[in-house]
Amino acid sequence: MASHGIRDKVAIIGMGCTNFGEHWDKSADDMLIESSDAALTNAGIKLDDVDAFWLGTMGSGLSGLTLSRPLKIQHKPVTHVENYCATGSEAFRNACYAVASGAYDIVMAIGVEKLKDSGYSGLVVSAPADDGTKATVTAPASFSLLAPAYANKYGVDDAELKDVLTRIAWKNHRNGALNPRAQFKKEVPMETIACSPLVAGPLGIFDCSGVSDGSAAAIIVRAEDAHKYTDKPLYVKALSFVAGPAAGPIDPAYDYTTFDEVVHSADDAYQQAGITDPRAELAMAEVHDCFTPTELVLMEDLGFAERGTAWKEVLSGTYDLDGELPVNPDGGLKSFGHPIGASGLRMLFECWTQLRGEAGARQIKSIGAGKTKALTHNLGGAPGACVSFVSVVGTELDK
Amino acid sequence: MTGIVAYGSYVPYWRLQRGVITKSLGAGGGKGERAVASFDEDTTSMGVEAARIAMRNAGPNWMPHSLWFATTDPAYLDKTNANTIHAALSLAPSVSALDTVGSVRSGVAAMMGAGSGTAMAVLSDIRTGLPGGADESAGGDAAAAFCFGSEGVIAEVIGGAAATAEFTDRWRQPGDTASKQWEERFGEHAYAPLVDNAFSDALKAAHLAPGDINHAIFAGLHTRAVKAAVKSCGVSADSVVDDLSASIGNPGTAQWGVMLADVLDRAQPGQIIAVVLLADGVNVWLLRTTDAITKYQSRQSAALTVRGQISAGRNDLTYTQFLTWRGFLHREPPRRPEPDRPAGPPSLRSQAWKYGLYGSRDESGFVYLPPARVSMKSGSIDQMEMVRMADVQATIATYTVDRLAYSMSPPVVAAVIDFDGGGRFQCELTDVDPAAVKIGDRVEMTFRRLYTVDGIHNYFWKARPVKAGA
Repeated sequence: MASHGIRDKVAIIGMGCTNFGEHWDKSADDMLIESSDAALTNAGIKLDDVDAFWLGTMGSGLSGLTLSRPLKIQHKPVTHVENYCATGSEAFRNACYAVASGAYDIVMAIGVEKLKDSGYSGLVVSAPADDGTKATVTAPASFSLLAPAYANKYGVDDAELKDVLTRIAWKNHRNGALNPRAQFKKEVPMETIACSPLVAGPLGIFDCSGVSDGSAAAIIVRAEDAHKYTDKPLYVKALSFVAGPAAGPIDPAYDYTTFDEVVHSADDAYQQAGITDPRAELAMAEVHDCFTPTELVLMEDLGFAERGTAWKEVLSGTYDLDGELPVNPDGGLKSFGHPIGASGLRMLFECWTQLRGEAGARQIKSIGAGKTKALTHNLGGAPGACVSFVSVVGTELDK
Repeated sequence: MTGIVAYGSYVPYWRLQRGVITKSLGAGGGKGERAVASFDEDTTSMGVEAARIAMRNAGPNWMPHSLWFATTDPAYLDKTNANTIHAALSLAPSVSALDTVGSVRSGVAAMMGAGSGTAMAVLSDIRTGLPGGADESAGGDAAAAFCFGSEGVIAEVIGGAAATAEFTDRWRQPGDTASKQWEERFGEHAYAPLVDNAFSDALKAAHLAPGDINHAIFAGLHTRAVKAAVKSCGVSADSVVDDLSASIGNPGTAQWGVMLADVLDRAQPGQIIAVVLLADGVNVWLLRTTDAITKYQSRQSAALTVRGQISAGRNDLTYTQFLTWRGFLHREPPRRPEPDRPAGPPSLRSQAWKYGLYGSRDESGFVYLPPARVSMKSGSIDQMEMVRMADVQATIATYTVDRLAYSMSPPVVAAVIDFDGGGRFQCELTDVDPAAVKIGDRVEMTFRRLYTVDGIHNYFWKARPVKAGA
């Protein structure tokens, strides 16, 4: 399979991101206006300068009109993109390819989700008419399947595993407390997390990401044009997107301790970016911590820990803000919140902020000390049947 | 010679102790327990369970020409419920599926229809009444199925008689949740001569005396009239078959069927069985067991006998849960959107999967659930054979307890199960204690009604712990 990538061909020159949260007073339109305007301002350009748009949303609208109507875009291509919870990343990827192809000079990738108008506290998704035989389990339940399988395979007892999951939530809340845009801007004591009401399997409410409203946007240009707009562009090193045969739920060989799709997309992205030792080379990673066991398993799938050891690395603080490889320094889906279509772009927004040294109280030290690359990982679906996206971005052009 | 060649009974997992009713209401209830269909069961799904056991016992060479379903509590009107059973058994399209529903006497029609050839009668009922009433505590939920044919007969029909009369004893209008009854003593009066006439006519025609009867089954919703019939028929006291009212209750249309299954579970060859049904008149059948019954009994799993199923029940069902399941306690629904109704066209296209639990197997032996057209191994298209998984056991690979999912009876226990011989499937577990589930547990498939939306019942399969010894 050929996957050549577009390393250093395009760059981000501006980003915007709304606060995430329960925005009872804002519509999807309001949030699109806010994040796009912030990104344009950040890049120092006007809406008219943008040649084409990629809009990611899973359920907050259909077609390009969802963006062109509120922004009053004057007869430009607007593509609506959907790819489950990786929708925002998919909008970004396709926007990057459009610039790399030479078709456009300046494009916008923007994601939005308005989840809090549904009237329900969890995620609500409508599906095509079917025969009623699809499993009715909720998202937390399908991701909770990872927990007993992981514990069973690696001989971690239930109490120990609960400590590991609790620590992941605790860390992400601690990071989110330093993030003014986060949905939950507060630290939560481990005892509170561990004793929160059960939702599915061993997962309590605090093991689940925040259901929130929000929007994020990026402006992308050819790498050689980037310095016309900013002194500190972010170069796109790798973009990988993988959909698998959804074999986990039908194949007895799948053991619910890994995401095959993530392994494939990570390998592809590392090859595109020329990364051989991700744990050592990356300054930080934003990963899809939709539920705490997901982050645990991702540490191994992304090559941040040997198989069967991520739980120990979590407990020893490897992925803390001041750890060897900070993971989800902005609080992640857990405390920043998870407005589906916006999340992938929100992850890039944190890379943008951190790598440019603008993260304030949560600024990662190793970035000033010379580490220049960051990773985002975004997935959609369920264990054994998901789509996975991995990107690598950096502040330096490779030689 | 035509007769019964196989049978199956189904007693649901849950029991309500009648004392629980008394404790809650300060009235009603009584002694013993009654069987209770779970929130995900109805008369159709219970009928499927009984019919599956009967089909398994009949063996692969027995195929019915028609299927007859009887109940007082049909899941649908206008739409034939027997078709769902037909689909769940994966019977050929050429097999008729017919409902005879509405009264307990409907079961007689199913028996007469099926008994005349190679055919199956399925009797199933859910019986209850208004809270605190006699029907609530005396009722029961169960099903029985009988395969008729002429080869390998274990009980031949040697006679019968009927008596019919129009009288107002018990009635219920369509849509009503409970039936009403005239003063009890009137029914006793009305039934008495009908019992005498039908029973003596049947014995006379078969050249039998009451003392020749080894197993006498007396059934009917009118308890007092049935008791009187036991006395007036003059059968020996030890021939009178336990009506299982202390352990199951009275499952209406299915009552005599379950009692007959219980008798056949232990009858000796050459014994005479009398069935006397009091239901808007009286119907009597006389059967004689054959030598084949001994071998049949030795093949049947003890866990699947009526007594085996009674002893495997769980009797800590709360009264409030019982009332909720039967629709008498209107509770706050889950704060999740209702599931979508199952759509007609996709359900027809996937009939083999949805109702028959068929998967597909590719050239390499990999089994796909639901059936796939493209091989994940070779990429070949439509090189599959269909395989029925409904009767294959499986092992739990991983599981979770979902406290958020929409359910009539939360929490939902979901598991990933691996079938013996290949095939993985993610489904709900039912009839299970959430705290007791473990990786490696053995499960078997059971046909259930998942939920009902817009009046459409969503039937599909769940897994349950393997019944001991099954």
